[in-house]
Amino acid sequence: MGSGFLRRGTGTARWTAALAATAMAAVLAGCGSGSGTGAANSTITAYVYGDDAVKVQQAAVDEFNKTSDVKVKLVSVPGAEYVNKLRTAMGSPNAPDVFFNWGGGSIKPYVDAGQLVDLSPHFQKDETLRRGFLPSVVEAGSLDGKVYGVPMRGMQPVMLFYNKALFAENNLQPPKTWDDLQKAISTFKAKKITPFALGGTDAWTQLMWLEYLLDRIGGPEVFKKIQNGDSSAWGDPAVLKAAQTTRQLIDDGAFGKNFNSVSYANGGAPALFAQGRAAMHLMGSWEYSTQLGKAPDFAKKDLGWTAFPTVAGGTGDPGNVVGNPTNYWSVNARTKHKDAAIDFLMTMASQEYSKALVDNGDIPTTANASQLLETSPNPGFAEFQYKMVQLAPSFTLSWDQALEASKATPMLTEINKLFAGKSTPEQFVEALKALK
Amino acid sequence: MTEASTPLEKQRSSAAAATKRGRRTAAGQGFGRPSVTWALPGILFFGLFAIVPMALAVYLSFCSWDGLTSPTPVGLDNWTRLFKDPEFRQAGWLSLLLTVISWAFQTPIALMLGVWAAGRQRNRAVLSAIFFVPLLLSTTAIAVLFHSLLDPNFGVIKEIGPWFGIDPNILGSSTGALLTVAFVGGWQFMPFHTLIYQGGTRQIPQVLYQAASIDGAGPVRQFFSITLPQLRNTITTSSVLMIVGSLTYFDTVLIMTKGGPGTDTTIVPYLMYRTGFQSYDLGYASAIATALVVVATALSLLMVKFSGFGSMRSTREGM
Repeated sequence: MGSGFLRRGTGTARWTAALAATAMAAVLAGCGSGSGTGAANSTITAYVYGDDAVKVQQAAVDEFNKTSDVKVKLVSVPGAEYVNKLRTAMGSPNAPDVFFNWGGGSIKPYVDAGQLVDLSPHFQKDETLRRGFLPSVVEAGSLDGKVYGVPMRGMQPVMLFYNKALFAENNLQPPKTWDDLQKAISTFKAKKITPFALGGTDAWTQLMWLEYLLDRIGGPEVFKKIQNGDSSAWGDPAVLKAAQTTRQLIDDGAFGKNFNSVSYANGGAPALFAQGRAAMHLMGSWEYSTQLGKAPDFAKKDLGWTAFPTVAGGTGDPGNVVGNPTNYWSVNARTKHKDAAIDFLMTMASQEYSKALVDNGDIPTTANASQLLETSPNPGFAEFQYKMVQLAPSFTLSWDQALEASKATPMLTEINKLFAGKSTPEQFVEALKALK
Repeated sequence: MTEASTPLEKQRSSAAAATKRGRRTAAGQGFGRPSVTWALPGILFFGLFAIVPMALAVYLSFCSWDGLTSPTPVGLDNWTRLFKDPEFRQAGWLSLLLTVISWAFQTPIALMLGVWAAGRQRNRAVLSAIFFVPLLLSTTAIAVLFHSLLDPNFGVIKEIGPWFGIDPNILGSSTGALLTVAFVGGWQFMPFHTLIYQGGTRQIPQVLYQAASIDGAGPVRQFFSITLPQLRNTITTSSVLMIVGSLTYFDTVLIMTKGGPGTDTTIVPYLMYRTGFQSYDLGYASAIATALVVVATALSLLMVKFSGFGSMRSTREGM
C-alpha cells in the first residue's frame, strides 16, 4: 500500500464508502443503545452513586429480579462523576429509568423539565410507602409538597463530635448552650488546643456551621423560603446574625489560625481531631466511620457525639437537625415500566433491605428500624443518631443539595469568602441576595 | 498544557516527516509530494475533536443552556454579562498574573538548565534524565502530593516554612496560594522546557564557539553573544507553549485551592469549569471558553509575529 493506492479514483471511492459505512454503523449503534430504556427485553436501568454501599443495592436488585418479569439493571457510576454523568444522561435518549439522588435541589432541574414521576399518589394510596419511612426524611426530599423520591440509603445528619478525653481533662461537659460553647473555646485556646477542626479549603464543611447557626437563630422557616426560590429571604436578619456569629467564632480563634489551608478531603481536618490537637469537629455522621477507619483507637475510646448547642435568643427548636436525611430513588417520567420501577422502589421499605443497610454500618430511615439497631456494628452511635432524626421537628437538607446547582455553587464560594475574611457578614448577605 | 501543546507539536513533527518523505521520494520513486489524502485522517481528527466542539462552544455562548433542556438563544446576553462580570475581570487579572509569574519563573531556569544539559558529558546526561522525571508524573498526582506537603499541621511546610520565614498558612493566604499554583506548575513543566532548550542549544554549530574562542570570548560572553541569539526561535516556541499552558492551567487549582481562599485563585479556566460543570450555566461558560480561546490565540500570534518566528528568518544568517 502507499500513496498510489489512495490516489486512484476507485481507491478514494472505496475509502469514502468505508468511511460512510463506519459512520452508519456508529449511528446505528447509537440508536441501539438509545432504545435501551424500553425495547430491550424489559429491563429498567438504575443509576446509583458508586461507593461501598452499592453492594446493598445490588443485593436488593438481585432479590427483586428473582421474581419480577421486568429486570432491574444496576449501573454503578463512580462517585466523583455521578452528578455530571446523570445530568448528561438525563438530557439524552440514554436516560436511566430509576436513579439515585439527594432530593431537593439535586432533582429540581429534572422536576422543572417534567422528567420525574410524581410519587405522591403512590405514597397516599400505598401503606408500605406511607408508613414505611420517617416523615421528616420523606419531607426533606420533597419539592413543593410533592414526593419525588423513595429513601434508599442511610441517614447522614450533621452533629457535633468531641474528644471525650480532652473534655474530661479540662472538666468540661459537651456544650449544650452557646455559653458552654464559649467556655470550651476559651479553655481549649488557653491550652493551645484548637477548639474546632475545620477543613477550610472545602467550603461544604464551612457550610455546616451556617446551616446550624441559621436554624438555631431563626428556625428552619428562613431557609425553607430560600429553598422555595425566594432569594430575598437571604436578607432575613437571622442570616446576618448567623454570618456575624461565624465571624465572631473566627475572630475568637475557634477554628485556629490556619484553617484556611486545611483540607477535609485529604484527611487534614479529621487527623487534627483524632490526634487531640483539635477538641471538636462539626461533621456529618460519616465522621464516625471515617475515624473508625483512620484512627480506630480514638474512635472506640475517645470519640463523643452530641447535638449542636442552642444559640442565645434564637427561635429555632434545639431538636432540629441539618445534613443529608438520606439518598433517594426517583423515577424517570419517560420510563416504559413505571409500575415495575415503583414495585422495585417498594422493596426499599422492607425489613430485609433495612437489615442489609444496618449490617453495612448505615442507619436506615425506615420507620421501624430502631429494633434493628442493636445488631449494628456500633449500637450506641446508631441509636443516638436514629433518635436524633426520629425526634427532630425539622430536618433541613444541606443547602448545597437543597438549592439547584446554579445557586448552590456561588453560595459555596460566598461562604468560603466569608470564612477567609474576603467579605464581611454584610457583604455576604448582599451577595447571597443577588443570587439568581 | 498538553492539550495546548499537541497541535503545535503535531505540526512540527508532521513538517519534519514531510521533508523526510519528500527527500526520499525525490531521490527514488519519482513521485511528487503525497496527495491530500495523507492529511485526511489528521484533518478529520482535528475537525471532529477540535474545530467542531469549538464551533459548538461559540454557538452555545449565544444561548442559555442548562444541559438538560434544549439551548435557547439569548443573543448577546452572555457576552454583555462577561464584560460586566467582576468575577470574570478578577479571573482574567489572576490568569494574566499567573502567566507572567510562570513565565518569569520558568524561562531563566529552564534556559540555563537546558544550555548546561546540552553538554555531552555523561554526568549531565544522567542528571538530565533525573530532571525529566516530574514531567512523567500526572498533574493530578503532583497536585495531590503538594497539597499534602503544604498541610499547615502535618505537611513538611510546618517544619521547613519557618526556616525561610514562611507562614505555614500558605494556601490560606491570597498571595501564597497563587504563588504556590505557579510554583507547582513550574516544577512540573520546567523539565519540558529544559528539553526544548537542550535540543535548541545542540543545534548551534560548534564553529561559532570555536571562532569565538579564537577571538578570546569566555563562556559568559559566548552565552550572551552566541547561545542566546541563536536560541531566539527556541525561546519563542517555549514561551508560546508556556503562556498558552498558563492560560489554560486548571488541574492544580482544582485540587489544591478550589479557586480559594475566597476567589483569589479562581483563574479563567477554573471559573469556566465552575460555571459550566458546577453551576450548569453552560451558555455563560461557553462565552468564557470562547474568550479564553480568542485571547490565547491572539497572544500566540502576536508573539510569533513580533519575535520574527513567523517569517522563519534564519538564525544563521551570514553562515
